[in-house]
Amino acid sequence: MSAAPQKARAGAEKIEVVVAAVVPVNELVTRFEFRRPDGAEFPPFSAGAHTVVEMHDDGRTRLNPYSLMSDPGDRSLYAISVRRDDEGRGGSLYMHRHVKPGDAMTITYPVNLFPLDLRARKHVFFAGGIGITPFMAMIAQLEQSNGNWELHYACRSAALGSYADELRGKYPNKAHIYYDDQEQVIPLDDLLSGQPLGTHIYVCGPKGMIGWVKARAAALGWPDEAVHSEEFLAPQPGAPFEVRLCKSDLVIQVGEHESLLEAIERAGVDAPFLCRGGACGQCETEVVELDGEIVHRDHWLDEAEHASGKKIMPCVSRFIGKTLVLDR
Amino acid sequence: MTIQFNNETFRDDYSFRNSPWAIKRFPFPFHEDSYMYSVNMEQHRGGPEGSVYEKRFDVDEHYLSEMRDRALVLADDPLRCQSLPHMTLAGWDTLELIMTCKAEDYPDLFELHRDGNRWRWINKPMGIDQSFTFLDPTTLPCGPLEYITRQTQGDFAVLDQRDEMLWMDAGMVTTQADWSLDFDIGMNFFEWHAPVPLAHEMGIFQRALKFLLNVQQGAPARRLNWTMTVNPLLDTSPENYHKWGVQKTTLTPENIGAKQHLRVELQTFFRLPRSNALLFPIRCYLIAFQDVVSVPKWGRRLHRVVRDLPEELATYKGFIANRPLMIKYLSRFDDGLPTSPGVWPDLETEPPLQK
Repeated sequence: MSAAPQKARAGAEKIEVVVAAVVPVNELVTRFEFRRPDGAEFPPFSAGAHTVVEMHDDGRTRLNPYSLMSDPGDRSLYAISVRRDDEGRGGSLYMHRHVKPGDAMTITYPVNLFPLDLRARKHVFFAGGIGITPFMAMIAQLEQSNGNWELHYACRSAALGSYADELRGKYPNKAHIYYDDQEQVIPLDDLLSGQPLGTHIYVCGPKGMIGWVKARAAALGWPDEAVHSEEFLAPQPGAPFEVRLCKSDLVIQVGEHESLLEAIERAGVDAPFLCRGGACGQCETEVVELDGEIVHRDHWLDEAEHASGKKIMPCVSRFIGKTLVLDR
Repeated sequence: MTIQFNNETFRDDYSFRNSPWAIKRFPFPFHEDSYMYSVNMEQHRGGPEGSVYEKRFDVDEHYLSEMRDRALVLADDPLRCQSLPHMTLAGWDTLELIMTCKAEDYPDLFELHRDGNRWRWINKPMGIDQSFTFLDPTTLPCGPLEYITRQTQGDFAVLDQRDEMLWMDAGMVTTQADWSLDFDIGMNFFEWHAPVPLAHEMGIFQRALKFLLNVQQGAPARRLNWTMTVNPLLDTSPENYHKWGVQKTTLTPENIGAKQHLRVELQTFFRLPRSNALLFPIRCYLIAFQDVVSVPKWGRRLHRVVRDLPEELATYKGFIANRPLMIKYLSRFDDGLPTSPGVWPDLETEPPLQK
């Protein structure tokens, strides 16, 4: 049809916000609370959703995804918690160093790639470090609806355990905290073996932890549909490379510290995206010509697609070699 | 504008009629002189003033009569509205979305007053004034999905999203083109589309699913679909096929203009914010052939589309037996002149019938 054709814009819809509070949680983690400048309510969101925060860092636009951690029942604010990554590409450093209360910022509408499975009779959460953030919202949502949940949360130390004391104080029987420096370890096999039928498990944390929980769940006979995980990948720096965009008829250079997607955008080409973390599939791009090796880093394409060299996720993946031509 | 609501029926004496206003704004589905499947999606962000695309949930002159027909269908068959236990939150999402949209888009017809979770909903055309507690189902006369869709034109499929798949886990379906919620409940996207010919081979459903999984909050989408119905029946369900199927044999050259209807579905897609489910409203618009051909461009084009449609599609859409009769009737309104591109009637610019 074509009632009133409009070209879809890349990314989710945007929301203008004001930074209402910047709250240091511990040495590494800071919470940012956003309100709407006109005092209006935020759109409702489902626990597990993230927002992409737009940063204007010295002439360079950064778009980083962060899980919404505030109570979905409270529409007066959205909150995120950002772990400072001193080795990263600079988004978290920008948030920590430059964002102040009163600043105007732009974020996207919530996008949920890590939803609760509402069929579950019980939800068991496994969090590692900053991976606690989506579970903060999930716990609030389930408390509101009398949901059955428990949390197993591994932190490096008491000093770095974001929200650990708060959770244990509010939910002493449901929130279980494990400190690495006290050699406390989540008793994963016991937990996975002792759950009632209809339980779903969710894991968010470092790559190693996600792999561990998924592998043990599979070994113990958990159905894939009952095991949920989310890991946002930050694009990793890498050697600069050159790409030809055949639809746009452009040759672009991808710098050491920028992603292929960012380089495409910098060239003024409107490319689709949502999560910018290799999870959602929106930026999937056809490879027209390849002489070299694609460094696939996404969770979206399967192994066969990675091996085929026909597709690339430009938000996180890179290229080493002579020629890469994309259908963009 | 103030809408004058019709008092009409979609059964028995079939007193359903489109006013000249409704004919002019009819969502004619063919943008060119032929038709083939496509994932013809576009954003659902308004449209020309007065068109059915303008508001998020279009309310037209058939509103009250359609709601009466829905109540009759539900009284006979309560399974037309179902919601699996995990879909209650999506039901509240649906209620919230429709109430807020209608109150914003039609302030003279609907009002929503909110004080925290204490809500008051006023539906003036239907004479409803309901105070209730949002998210507390004991404060409504029925479940939230049933409550609001008894007051909203169109069918509603509520699709849960899990494991990169959509699941037909709730709905209100009383104005359907021959499919059954009771049969499809709990099915996934590929299962409930299994009966559709050709489109699977064309990869249409893989592409459509991928698109739908990525419909995001704040960015609803829409498309049109169409079929044919003899007599202005809203409820063409498999459950009642024994009542309406036989009516397809009653067409004659004399009555076809009045009896044969083009049935168009305006399908929209909204990501539901609290449940992350996908709301899929399917709004049915009916128009008699004699009203279609009152627009010269549409008369020319409908003849060409029906004449040239692949056999499989005419069979699937249920009018293969009546196609010769339709073509004969419609050919009287096709003078062979070219048609302007796009779906609009273009009454001012397209020439009148030259024969």
